[in-house]
Amino acid sequence: MAMSINADDCTACGACESECPSKAIRFKGAAYVIDPKKCTECQGTADAPQCDEVCPSGAIAKAA
Amino acid sequence: MSSPIISLASLTTSPAPRRKGGCAATGCGSSTRPADIDPAVWEMIKDHPCYSEEAHHYFARMHVAVAPACNIQCNYCNRKYDCSNESRPGVVSERLTPEEAFRKVVAVAAAVPELSVLGIAGPGDALANWKNTRATFEAVRKAIPDIKFCLSTNGLALPDHVDEIADMAIDHVTITINAVDPEVGAKIYPWIFYDHKRRTGLEAATILLERQMRGLEMLTARGILVKINSVMIPGINDDHLAEVNRAVRARGAFLHNVMPLISDPAHGTHFGLTGQRGPTPAELTALQDRLDGGIKLMRHCRQCRADAIGLLGEDRGQEFTMEKLPETVTYDPAPRQAYRDFVAAERGDRGAARDDALRSVEAVADDVRLLVAVATKGGARVNEHFGHAREFQVFEAGPKGIALIGHRKVDAYCMGGFGEDATLGPTIAALDGIDTVLCAKVGDCPREALVAAGITVTDAYAYDYIETAVGKLYAERFGLTAVFA
Repeated sequence: MAMSINADDCTACGACESECPSKAIRFKGAAYVIDPKKCTECQGTADAPQCDEVCPSGAIAKAA
Repeated sequence: MSSPIISLASLTTSPAPRRKGGCAATGCGSSTRPADIDPAVWEMIKDHPCYSEEAHHYFARMHVAVAPACNIQCNYCNRKYDCSNESRPGVVSERLTPEEAFRKVVAVAAAVPELSVLGIAGPGDALANWKNTRATFEAVRKAIPDIKFCLSTNGLALPDHVDEIADMAIDHVTITINAVDPEVGAKIYPWIFYDHKRRTGLEAATILLERQMRGLEMLTARGILVKINSVMIPGINDDHLAEVNRAVRARGAFLHNVMPLISDPAHGTHFGLTGQRGPTPAELTALQDRLDGGIKLMRHCRQCRADAIGLLGEDRGQEFTMEKLPETVTYDPAPRQAYRDFVAAERGDRGAARDDALRSVEAVADDVRLLVAVATKGGARVNEHFGHAREFQVFEAGPKGIALIGHRKVDAYCMGGFGEDATLGPTIAALDGIDTVLCAKVGDCPREALVAAGITVTDAYAYDYIETAVGKLYAERFGLTAVFA
């Protein structure tokens, strides 16, 4: 259970990093990545995953 | 650095023309202050190229791209490129940390003595990246105490940061406000991210508007100068912008800058992809003329990038990419101070010259107007060669005075000393409606081509102050003797 970022669509703006309540997002190389061990999909803290809500380029979805 | 620094002497001529008995002493700027601007406000804007048309002839700004994130989506912006609102899209900025931005500012301050303003304008939203924005300003303030700070925002996060903005002496803030009616706003903003939630439609536009208006009121209550940027979108908010102008004026905004929508399908914006067109230059000017008489309009905006460096008509950003900067930088205040002394003297001199020029055009009783395009590389003088100009500043002269009303971008016609006919066609098209072009020098070939197109081009006023040159031209054209000493 975790969100993940499609590196091709990520613009590296960092909006997701500052919204993540679990500090699960880090900048790595050319894009941001989500640590699946830390990601809670914001269950219990918000109505919807905050990273997906704020992402301007639709780069974030539930990990397959 | 690939291009040489412009020497002070090259802006004028050798030797600089000095009027006898004029106010050439430093510190005397009263004669250059426009009559309709309060002296205290003039002190705040006289070195800011965006807030003062007069200052934009002398002073340069730099933007550092430390703010990539954004909290709203605009239909004219595609986040896969830069934001087309405060920066032209299509070229990705370097992503700068506050430490890198600090290094860049100090390096630029050493190489560009005209630098007076540091702005944070994105490429996202300065306040949606507040930690970066604040860290950058704090580091620079310690090293360069006299630089002005400026930021640009969509306003959504503004009420949360006004006190810190005031504490940090950020005394210029730009808010982009495209609508004061949520029905109109909903056509421009598909969503906002506010209070941990993505919101759409009327709800989004209503919250954004409420936050913008509150932020504006809070800023003006603290004496911070606020510029409002509005993107003119034909069929969506063009008729509505007069209402925006009234609303922001009522809340104390200082300046209103109406910019044309940049809409190119290649940029991948919603408006670009759906065929929403931008306004023509004539439509933009007509709207600006209609708004004139409300709050002061900015007519000299070049819609610069979020990492632009230099005078408004130029962008030297490519000279200062991170890979070209030294590892360690130390700030030397001497070049900027020398330039300020030069400008203070130049401004006093120019103020007197402008007064003479205005007297000469006011002496013409008939309501005749003249559109003049000027090639300049700064310093408010006719000092650029025709073939080197990348833009022409457009001045209108008439019985009411001489005013800059816009600019026309062109490709430099002359590259490396060899003129190429192939590029003259677009230049002539860009000069549509212009009566006369003033420049420091022009070759016979382009002169004849322009004459054939009905445009006079002359270097008779080379190195004159622009107002002096335009005033002389106007007086000579309409059969008067100029009153110049």
